[in-house]
Amino acid sequence: MVNAQEKQAYTVQDKRQYSVQDMINKNKNKKSITNFTEKAVPVFLLLCAIISVLTTIGILFTLLRESITFFSKVSLSDFYFGTDWSPWTEKFGVAPLIAGTLLITFIAICVALPIGIASAIFLSEYASQRTRKIIKPILEILAGIPTVVYGFFALTFVSPLLGSFITEMKIFNALSAGIVVGIMIIPMIASLSEDAMNAVPNSLREGALGLGATRLEVAIKVIIPAALSGIIASVVLALSRAIGETMIVTIAAGATPNLTLDPTQSVQTLTAFIVQGATGDTSYHSTIYYSIYAVGITLFAFTLIMNILAQYISRKFREDY
Amino acid sequence: MNHQNVQPSKNQIKTRVIQNVIFRSLFFVAITIALVFLALLIYRILNQGIGYVTIDFLKNFPAPYIDKAGIFAGIMGSLSMMAITAPVAVVVGVSTALYLEEYAAQNKFTRFIQVNVQNLAGVPSIVFGLLGLTFFVYLFNFGYTLIAGALTMSLLVLPVIVVAAQEAIRSVPKELREASIGMGATKWQTIWRIVLPASVPGILTGSILALSRAIGETAPLIIVGAATAIYTIPDSFLSKYTVMPIQIYSWTSRPQAEWQNVAAAGIIVLLVILLVMNAIAVWIRNKFQNRY
Repeated sequence: MVNAQEKQAYTVQDKRQYSVQDMINKNKNKKSITNFTEKAVPVFLLLCAIISVLTTIGILFTLLRESITFFSKVSLSDFYFGTDWSPWTEKFGVAPLIAGTLLITFIAICVALPIGIASAIFLSEYASQRTRKIIKPILEILAGIPTVVYGFFALTFVSPLLGSFITEMKIFNALSAGIVVGIMIIPMIASLSEDAMNAVPNSLREGALGLGATRLEVAIKVIIPAALSGIIASVVLALSRAIGETMIVTIAAGATPNLTLDPTQSVQTLTAFIVQGATGDTSYHSTIYYSIYAVGITLFAFTLIMNILAQYISRKFREDY
Repeated sequence: MNHQNVQPSKNQIKTRVIQNVIFRSLFFVAITIALVFLALLIYRILNQGIGYVTIDFLKNFPAPYIDKAGIFAGIMGSLSMMAITAPVAVVVGVSTALYLEEYAAQNKFTRFIQVNVQNLAGVPSIVFGLLGLTFFVYLFNFGYTLIAGALTMSLLVLPVIVVAAQEAIRSVPKELREASIGMGATKWQTIWRIVLPASVPGILTGSILALSRAIGETAPLIIVGAATAIYTIPDSFLSKYTVMPIQIYSWTSRPQAEWQNVAAAGIIVLLVILLVMNAIAVWIRNKFQNRY
């Protein structure tokens, strides 16, 4: 009996000893796992962050490698100064594509600049809180519509509509594509400019109003100068979007490389050619295949310069209050 | 002050006030034009396509006859693509944001990554298509398959998700982090149990908006070879695939006018899906806004 009690006590003690040891061991394990996670996680996160850098390097590598092959077959000066673009007959003068891109972009900015900035002024300086809360999300819907839908709209609605006014208008034309690209970038200009105007401190507004200025005078003489860097940056970003826009121009502007400034004609942009070149009967190592990348690197250079310019403007000329 | 001086200044005020009113209405007209365009676009598409949105249209595969054509392959293709793109882009994007916000030292390398992400967001989508064509289609030898398209899309939406996640993470108050560290939690425990849960609404909203962008994206997928005539549902990473916008594009570019109605029907389906996604994003944003 005594023996049994002793035995039991001993077992309990043994169990206790065991469990403390176990706890220590367990904790040790836990600690080492925690330590390991603490060290491994930053490495994993860094690797993920590097993916974005690799993407950029990948883009540059892709564009450069294939373009260099292209320029070993077609000379740089033939490419950039040639005025005849018909790749299927081995004529690679990129000027018509650049002209097409610039024409579309110009039309787009003519539509988007006045409407976008006027909308921004209205939202920031005239509209009540409630109106702004309703209108801003609606404008954002405009920004969220897929470009293929805009292209469909340009081809099936805007183009026939314009054609009923202007008889020489082609079905595929620069004007309707340009107008719709303009509509697409309105929300971008409006919302970024409005942000810039909103960031101007209220004391400036109230000061000017207190001196007897009308709202219009406040907007034009106080708010716009103060927010100018943000407004210009928004326009430059929108320009870059318009240059890189693909589906609207592919669907509505046609596929005729045309060195013209006549908006009623069909034109081909840099982006539209990339689509055509990639979908047509192009084999992997043909000159046309490489020409896609030469056009791509030209497009990339255009948009990159625009984006860097926008960042530079908004940093350099920002008015701090 | 005599009467003669007051009179011209009264007139001046009058013209200034009138100017103000005129420009006010001009600004209002401008914003109305933008909204009218939106209304017109939606009205046109509904008008043209609504009659063609039938059950058959939703469950048929592409066909050469208008009454038999359907968008089922497109819907399934878009969904399969999102099933790959969403996890890849969100995991990599949120990790990048966490690294930049929580771990990165304030040095040139960090600034470089930050600027790099901003610049990537401004690269035209079609250039991502070229990247995908060279790397995923040819170098990795995936060919014109679902995985090549999905990975291209992941890279395309990555910068948008990174920026959204960064903002969400930044908006978590410092006190929460300090309290957690003060209680003896490690840095990763703090991030995993405090920072991430607090920033999930922002991250989700941003990610859903970015992915809804990806669902409507067409150009890069044309380049990496999404096909138009697909009669099966993608069943592996290496299946051929099509997506909704590609179907819409192929119908739009047919010369016969009746196909445009089918395209409009496809657009309605696409827009409804986008609307649902956006509604979910807005709902999440409103529900969890201003918790701190």
